[in-house]
Amino acid sequence: MSTVAQQPPAGAEARAQLEERLERHWGERPSLRSWFTTVDHKRIGRRYVVTAAVYFTLAGVEASALRTQLARPGQRLLSAEEYDQLFTLHGTAMIFLFATPMLFGFGNFLVPLMLGARDMAFPRLNAFGYWIFLFAGLIMFSSLLAGDAPDGGWFAYVPLTTRPHSPGIGLDVYALGLLFFGVSTTAGAINFIATALKLRAPGMSLNRMPVFVWAIVATSFMVIFALPPLNLANGLLFLDRRFGTHFFDVGRGGDVLLWQHLFWLFGHPDVYIIVIPALGIVSAILPTFARRGIAAYPLIVLSLVAIAIVSFGVWVHHMFATGLPRLSLSFFSAASLLITIPSGIQIFAWLATMWLGRVVVGVPMLFVLGFLVTFVLGGFTGVMFGLVTFDQQVTDSYFVVAHFHYVLFGGAVFPIIAGLYYWLPKMTGRMFNERLGRWAFALVFGGMNLTFFPMHVSGMLGMPRRVYTYPAGLGWDAWNLLSTVGVFVLAAGLLLVLGGLLYAIRRGRPAPDDPWGGDTLEWVASSPPRPYNFPVIPRVRSLHPAWDGRTAASLAELDSFRTLEEGRRTPVTSELDGRYEWAAEMPEESIRPFVTAVGLLVVVIGLLFRWYWVAGLGGLLAAGTIAGWLWPPERTPEEAAAS
Amino acid sequence: MTSLIEPFEEATRPPALTAELPVGRTRGWWGMVLFVTTEATLFATLLGSYFYLRFQYGPQWLPPGIAKPELLKPLIMTGVLLPSSLPVMWAERGIRKGQRWRLRIGLLATLIMGSTFLALQGMEYASKLKMFTIRTNVYGSLFYTITGFHGTHVTVGLLMVGWLLAAALRGSFGRRRHERVRLTAIYWHFVDLVWVGILFTVYLSTRL
Repeated sequence: MSTVAQQPPAGAEARAQLEERLERHWGERPSLRSWFTTVDHKRIGRRYVVTAAVYFTLAGVEASALRTQLARPGQRLLSAEEYDQLFTLHGTAMIFLFATPMLFGFGNFLVPLMLGARDMAFPRLNAFGYWIFLFAGLIMFSSLLAGDAPDGGWFAYVPLTTRPHSPGIGLDVYALGLLFFGVSTTAGAINFIATALKLRAPGMSLNRMPVFVWAIVATSFMVIFALPPLNLANGLLFLDRRFGTHFFDVGRGGDVLLWQHLFWLFGHPDVYIIVIPALGIVSAILPTFARRGIAAYPLIVLSLVAIAIVSFGVWVHHMFATGLPRLSLSFFSAASLLITIPSGIQIFAWLATMWLGRVVVGVPMLFVLGFLVTFVLGGFTGVMFGLVTFDQQVTDSYFVVAHFHYVLFGGAVFPIIAGLYYWLPKMTGRMFNERLGRWAFALVFGGMNLTFFPMHVSGMLGMPRRVYTYPAGLGWDAWNLLSTVGVFVLAAGLLLVLGGLLYAIRRGRPAPDDPWGGDTLEWVASSPPRPYNFPVIPRVRSLHPAWDGRTAASLAELDSFRTLEEGRRTPVTSELDGRYEWAAEMPEESIRPFVTAVGLLVVVIGLLFRWYWVAGLGGLLAAGTIAGWLWPPERTPEEAAAS
Repeated sequence: MTSLIEPFEEATRPPALTAELPVGRTRGWWGMVLFVTTEATLFATLLGSYFYLRFQYGPQWLPPGIAKPELLKPLIMTGVLLPSSLPVMWAERGIRKGQRWRLRIGLLATLIMGSTFLALQGMEYASKLKMFTIRTNVYGSLFYTITGFHGTHVTVGLLMVGWLLAAALRGSFGRRRHERVRLTAIYWHFVDLVWVGILFTVYLSTRL
């Protein structure tokens, strides 16, 4: 840390003692056991990132298979059934098992560091969430190995997915797998909100909270309100399929559009659940490489919150072609167009930041610039879809596929890769090779546009999405071939990203604490951070604590209420002003989160294969473990009355 | 550089004032409130789905062959469940003053009232199952899913209250250390209040 050098020798000795004491309480000896019991948000965050990257690779391989099949008309590499399973799992995995967990991984690693805290508000819940995510992904992907993966598309419309039309186990895997995964996402969201509200360093009032944390908080609130409709939809689907209820059965009074309403009531906010944290990453990286603070901070924060709220009022734009009343379509069309305003404000704030600053084009910044171009293009076609008449012309065509890949690849994957390069030094303590990174960017950017831009055209020419092959002579051949070539360029670029990162982790030169000169608190911690993050919790004086001399000076003051070296403790502050309230005891590592997650895994497997007694045993294991996990220590009346 | 207010900040620095400062919300409070919020959203979408299906069904709700539900039993159930929040509140107030006996008696009373509710629901199911099941038609599916989902929540709430009572009997809580009591109480009040929405939707709305 830079402040250490300015310390007088006596202070350095006191500091060494402090660090040794903190290490005693927070350090973990690396062992097999600690692998299962750790509650360190940095280890958990890294695991989220690595696991999500593995699922991304698997889902990417699926996409390559799909594109290879479509390279030329009339190919038969994949059967229709295989094709359906692959595109369903590709979409489901990219949305649920890659995008959200990857961004939650960044959140897990960065939120406590950016807030100047020593861990998340609920460290064990955090570990629990990771194990659930891991298991849910394994269940989903293993269904493909068993040859019976979900095959109803990522939004699994009924009646296609009810029992008479999809008799296999695939859609049970879908419904139960997503319910299972929802536990992880909800737990993570609650944890992020509680952390951001209660564990900010003293002095970090809400208006000094970094934009990235604001983005994570806005996302988490969306999760709180958006996941229930999805969970309900999947619960009802499972009941219909397994126990013969009639929610979606028109013959007995059910309704098929209920599924679409519930799904998109989740599904549209989910687009922003993915994109908002990615926008947060951009707002963290872009100012650093523009060498100035972000322009219009309050407007950016208000835009994030506005998007989070308005996104709950636009779900029907996914259903413009289902025959709903005209008047309601107008309302949802207007609401959809409204979202462009806060999105535009953010784009202009970033442009202003670059305009007013001195842009340094490092590798992370290259990917941010790639994001700006592609995301704006995706937003453009998004405005077109907001118009009912246009939507009805191109709905369910490749134009839709082009649009949402520009939004999601442009809006999420580019910022994620930028974030991987940007925070690699912090996460691993190693620097990457700049030249390799530039090559990777060129290939990813070129490959991405080559893959998805032609789809606008093939969609306009009438090619429907989700066809496993097509006859020659419809004018689609060249565009499809271009897309397929693009996928392989893109794959080469992504492999270069992966190779570059792996090489950096193994052989990269050691990273300094603050390689970029960033303004947020993670850059004052060491690279990689110590288990306790900060020997002295900073006293935050401005929006840019790492650029602010008084905040930096506070890192050298060995106040006992900001060192908290007796035990595993971190300061708790007030929700709005960040006023110091008390020192919270943080839990130690525990095997219980893992055991609870295993219990729930057993429940899911039991339900899946109709072994209901097994499911019951799993439930008992989970409930029993939770009961022990939360059991309060025995206290005498005197102890229990002490504060 | 030392600013003018620095000495003042030193004097009013938190440790000096900890005793007097108003104690804010805890992490656990936020965690439970957010959990209850997401659960409440789940119930809201479930009840919303009921009305959606009802109004899509056509002019004649209930479906043919289903009689309008009797109200006596559900009203008794309401009379048992709704007041069961009062002993929890009384118990929580008690432990804030360090009165462990109030905590124990209050929790026990809630446990008894909640279990009575579940027993009554079992009787209700026994009589309804003679008329229709979850597979009869969409009404049957809605009725058992909604009430069953709520019943599951009551069961979980009772497990929590029972668990809390066991800890209270052993002597884990006191004047300052009783956060788990507060959090369980929040969950129980929620389970209680949701029942009002269910009573209205499943029983009363069919008679409007």
